[in-house]
Amino acid sequence: MNKTEKNQLQKLACKVRMGAIEGVYNAKSGHPGGSLSAADLFTYLYFREMKIDPKNPKEENRDRFVLSKGHCAPGLYATLALKGYFPMEEMKKLRHIGAMLQGHPDMKGTPGVDMSTGSLGQGVSAACGMAAAGKMDHKDYRVYSILGDGEIEEGQVWEAAMFAAHHKLDNLCLIVDNNGLQIDGSVAEVGGPEPIDEKFRSFGFDVQVINGHDFDEIEAAFHHARTVKGRPSAIIAKTVKGKDVSFMENQVGWHGTAPNAEQYETAMQDLNRVLSGLEAE
Amino acid sequence: MAEMVKKATRESYGEALAELSEKYPQVVVLDADLAAATKTGVFKKACPDRFIDCGISECNMVGVAAGLATCGKIPFATSFAMFSAGRAFEQVRNSVGYPKLNVKIVGSHAGISVGEDGATHQCNEDIALMRTIPGMVVLNPADHYEMKAAVKAAIEHHGPVYLRLGRLAVESFNNADDYRFELGKGVTLRDGRNITIVATGLMVSRALKAVKTLEEQGIDARLINIHTIKPLDRELIIKAAKETGKIITVEEHNVIGGLGDAVCGAVCEAFPVPVIKVGVNDVYGHSGPAVDLLDEFGLNAGHIVEVTKKAITKQSL
Repeated sequence: MNKTEKNQLQKLACKVRMGAIEGVYNAKSGHPGGSLSAADLFTYLYFREMKIDPKNPKEENRDRFVLSKGHCAPGLYATLALKGYFPMEEMKKLRHIGAMLQGHPDMKGTPGVDMSTGSLGQGVSAACGMAAAGKMDHKDYRVYSILGDGEIEEGQVWEAAMFAAHHKLDNLCLIVDNNGLQIDGSVAEVGGPEPIDEKFRSFGFDVQVINGHDFDEIEAAFHHARTVKGRPSAIIAKTVKGKDVSFMENQVGWHGTAPNAEQYETAMQDLNRVLSGLEAE
Repeated sequence: MAEMVKKATRESYGEALAELSEKYPQVVVLDADLAAATKTGVFKKACPDRFIDCGISECNMVGVAAGLATCGKIPFATSFAMFSAGRAFEQVRNSVGYPKLNVKIVGSHAGISVGEDGATHQCNEDIALMRTIPGMVVLNPADHYEMKAAVKAAIEHHGPVYLRLGRLAVESFNNADDYRFELGKGVTLRDGRNITIVATGLMVSRALKAVKTLEEQGIDARLINIHTIKPLDRELIIKAAKETGKIITVEEHNVIGGLGDAVCGAVCEAFPVPVIKVGVNDVYGHSGPAVDLLDEFGLNAGHIVEVTKKAITKQSL
């Protein structure tokens, strides 16, 4: 990836973060921490990796995306808005009565959402079903799903992982947003799912561990995943929860809390500083 | 006219899937390591490419079915009722019901008539669980021909459906392959003026016997077969309440949350009459031969006759 391309993606990711903060602030509730940690992953998937068309969100040969950690909907929504599925203005109505954007993804109401999620662990199974359908119909679309590192404490994730490997779903790519924090504390303290890479490997996945904020590493990982045959892929993306908002970074408290007016201003200043820096490059 | 058959509805389910497989190429059948018992094995043999054994992981199976449905498939996610409706309840609610996906959840070995496996496998709660999911159609066919028709109706209905199957062989009272099955419509099997018995599933043939006995004793009971518990045929039930007064409901399910409560809900709003519920009285079952258990829990013609006579003679209940 050349410098200009990378700069482009970094700017988009920054706008995803701004959109997510905007949404959570206006809703006075929601999940900023994980939306910010996964922002670079969302950006790469929607702007570089996936074969999709915002003008035809239901096209049957499109790649699919399932946000298994559905609470990070603000990050996904901001990405979809930037990609052109709906106007960014919708972010201001997030979680409001009658709004298109529900607190957790609702495939019935939001263009570009391929699966309704929110109950942790369930999205991975649905992604497996989509991948199995692709195999059954001899289609070449791919299925991507982002899950949380805390989320993988749910047993269903491992039922799904076993299923994916057993059925050789090499059109499935799981991405673990490995930010190390969950609601009650650090993932290491609360549920202890580490070592995540070894677990997926032992379940029959091709596993890569990357820096989830480095677009060169993200690109290389997705390129490699596409070459894997006969087994599913897992990309363990090391990330920072609350990334690029000074007071949110690595703070457990920012899993599911909305910023107040003052905090919102600070967050936007932080992100604007990042954006200006990128624009000056 | 076809032959009178005595067959478990799970067998009719497997047969129907295999027979309809060619006409409906979108149908995909999933099981969780119980294909021999749920009879999805019959479909597997006919269409191995459209059968997925998910292994012993019912929650994942329901999610996989949801994913398949988003890609245009019509999945039948099958296991024992205790596991497909029970264990995977939240998956059914959130991954199938909420996005209104075209998934058929199938619960085999429902009710006390699983028999010897005992309380852990005797699911008397599935109808209650599935009824509470918005938009979920709940089907509980009574015999071989009705089950075959119900499978076809489930395929043709776009949206989530729960289909209840039984383990025990039941005598068919319908007798034709072209049996007319209309989703959401009850079937009046006997007209009568004194009282109405509303039965579902396995209990319909038993209620039919009860009605014949009552007739011999001069009691003119109406019998309604409710194969679709949701949406309930309110019109037919309310008409019966108006014309016959008291209603007796009969089901192989907990008296809480099942057919009885559905009927109560309909009549209490529109035309309140006494409803007496015959079913499993909020207790767990235990191991034993299926038929003996049905007798023990009062799920037989004799008990229905007894309850009906008591209801008729008593002015207030």
